[in-house]
Amino acid sequence: MFSNLAEKLQGTLRKIKGKGKLNEKDVDGAMREIRLALLEADVNFKVVKDFIAAVKERAVGHEVMESLTPGQQVVKIVNEEMTRLMGQEHSGLETGKSRTAIMMVGLQGSGKTTTAIKLARHLRGQGRSPLLVGADTYRPGAVKQLEKMADSIGEKVYSNLEEDPVDICREALQVADRENCDVIIYDTAGRLHIDDEMMSEMAEIKKAVNPEEILLVVDAMTGQDAVNAAASFNDSVGLSGVILTKLDGDTRGGAALSVLAVTGCPVKFVGVGEKTDALEPFYPDRMASRILGMGDVLSLIEKAEASIDQDKAKEMEQKLRKQQFTLDDFKEQLGQLRSMGSLEDIMEMLPNAGSLPKELKQMSFNEDNFKRIDAIIGSMTKEERQDPSTINSSRRQRIARGSGTTVQDVNRLLNQFKQMQKMFKQMGAADKKGMSKKMKKMKNKFPF
Amino acid sequence: MNLFKQFKNGLSRSKTGFMGRLDHLFDSGDIDEEFYDELEETLVSGDVGVQASMKLVDQLREEISKRKIKDKEDARQVLQELVVNMISPGKTMFTSASINEPTVILLIGVNGTGKTTSAAKLAHLYKQSGNEVMLVAGDTFRAAAIEQLEIWAERAGVDIVKQKSGSDSAALFYDAINAARARNVDVVIGDTAGRLHSKYNLMEELNKIYRVVERNLPGAPHQVLLVVDATTGQNAVVQAKKFNESMPIDGLVLAKLDGTARGGIVLNIQEELDIPVCYIGTGEKIEDLAPFDPEMFSRALLEKN
Repeated sequence: MFSNLAEKLQGTLRKIKGKGKLNEKDVDGAMREIRLALLEADVNFKVVKDFIAAVKERAVGHEVMESLTPGQQVVKIVNEEMTRLMGQEHSGLETGKSRTAIMMVGLQGSGKTTTAIKLARHLRGQGRSPLLVGADTYRPGAVKQLEKMADSIGEKVYSNLEEDPVDICREALQVADRENCDVIIYDTAGRLHIDDEMMSEMAEIKKAVNPEEILLVVDAMTGQDAVNAAASFNDSVGLSGVILTKLDGDTRGGAALSVLAVTGCPVKFVGVGEKTDALEPFYPDRMASRILGMGDVLSLIEKAEASIDQDKAKEMEQKLRKQQFTLDDFKEQLGQLRSMGSLEDIMEMLPNAGSLPKELKQMSFNEDNFKRIDAIIGSMTKEERQDPSTINSSRRQRIARGSGTTVQDVNRLLNQFKQMQKMFKQMGAADKKGMSKKMKKMKNKFPF
Repeated sequence: MNLFKQFKNGLSRSKTGFMGRLDHLFDSGDIDEEFYDELEETLVSGDVGVQASMKLVDQLREEISKRKIKDKEDARQVLQELVVNMISPGKTMFTSASINEPTVILLIGVNGTGKTTSAAKLAHLYKQSGNEVMLVAGDTFRAAAIEQLEIWAERAGVDIVKQKSGSDSAALFYDAINAARARNVDVVIGDTAGRLHSKYNLMEELNKIYRVVERNLPGAPHQVLLVVDATTGQNAVVQAKKFNESMPIDGLVLAKLDGTARGGIVLNIQEELDIPVCYIGTGEKIEDLAPFDPEMFSRALLEKN
């Protein structure tokens, strides 16, 4: 997520970070590159203009020029402005009332139905009792899709293909009362923001059900047009928030940066997968530092705390300090990692993920690969696992035969392991120089 | 319906945005640095991409000085030529040379771009020109995707081959080709499940479909179409790159071009990957699919209102 933008910005910022003195030319150069990076990330060009202007004004002002580390100061400003752009703090749903109505709206294919289901599951987890309403009578199979997915999480759906969407939504109010549901989620049809007829239907639904929340579902891969659609929807019904979907891809996600700036509506949740529980709250500050390659250390720590054995982690840390990290430990770590979710996600949360060695990034962490690594390490003798340098070419052949892999596979694993040891060495050195507290805290929990 | 008209209708709304801006740009003032800057910005805001935009502007600059152009209307002509030169149309209504074997066309892409709808529209198009068509409900993952395609198949009046939800898509395609042979079908159009190009396992699954189809019918799939949402930004280039790795893409279907999105990403994909656009989607009805024509695209894109 956002990886390309992060890499670009990191490169740019690294250049000016170390400078003792900044002149206007340095700042101009950096701003030009940031502008380009943001545009390539699909941030709306008007938003980019304002953003650059805001950063530049502060960057050439006193707070930077009089600072001892002007480069660092610019980085800080970029980070702050980006957080501001995305709305400072996480904003949640307005669900305080005894009965809450939530209306999902958006373009075709943005992911309204899937998100409605995810939201229902999320609210059920908070002790609410949701009713899903299938108000998309246009797309073939749309209501069927909602019903099937609702069925899989054990939730109720109300719909009626014979009726007009506005009537369906109105009747749903009574159904909710009858069924004792305290949240109603309306899954409306996908519509183009320039389709007047469909836009006024949406306004009528709003009038009929008077919802507490109207959430615009936006595909994170949307380009420059994202703001046009968002602004039109906002003008027609007045949005209360945005849900950004398909953020589990490698999109640079400029839509996230743009939508809030244009509509004033906060991003409330992000969709990060096809499963019904793949919905996460959106934290602007964390996202901003993630984009800038400062790493989303907070989320990483939360993730690690939830899934890693503390004692084992301590033990591992000791080993790392003394540089006794062996292939056995490597195997165990991989096992723990698997319980934390996709490795690519974790890598992105690491500070300076953009500058990780190529060999590590290229490791594709799928199940097959894990099994292969397991088998290869399992086919080594205890001595070999303690000290991989003893593994000569005939041993490699034996290990390959024993694990049902090729010598190339064995070589690749050994190379990756070497890289990893090297990385830990560097981390150890950085530690001595004094890392931030957060980094240390993270390292205790999670040595990678 | 007149093809150009259909194309223009699809693009007409975007005129107020992208093309409206271009018109304004070409209308008044001198050809100066500000003009070039604004032009670049306009192209970028149409999702053309920074690199492709800069290249276009540089080329325009060169041509203008070479041909000593002073008039903005002439500059527009040049820009139009440049856009046309950048894109080439993909094959439409493609059929394989074999008379005895069916032509297999597969639609692939990320979630929610419009694969199922495009498959139906394509089936309609082939059916209209007298082909025996079979749809394959290859999206066995998304809830009700099969039901959705069934309704479309009924509307188009074509056969559909399906399995129950959750079954193996590759196996379904293997059987579908056999069924197509038995029923003397000319064209097999396969829908597939939407997948993010960054999911390794799902891309492997796509590659498996490719291998299985090829094993049952050497030379197939004869045309692989990547369905790209016209509102997609620069990520579409990565999408095309990754999908191309798991299943070689022959062309694009640029869907949802009836909004305000400008589909400028097409230039970028062509520029970086040399993948042409075959069709454009211009609405929700079954006949809303038109062949892509660069000449018209460029004309509609830059023409005065």
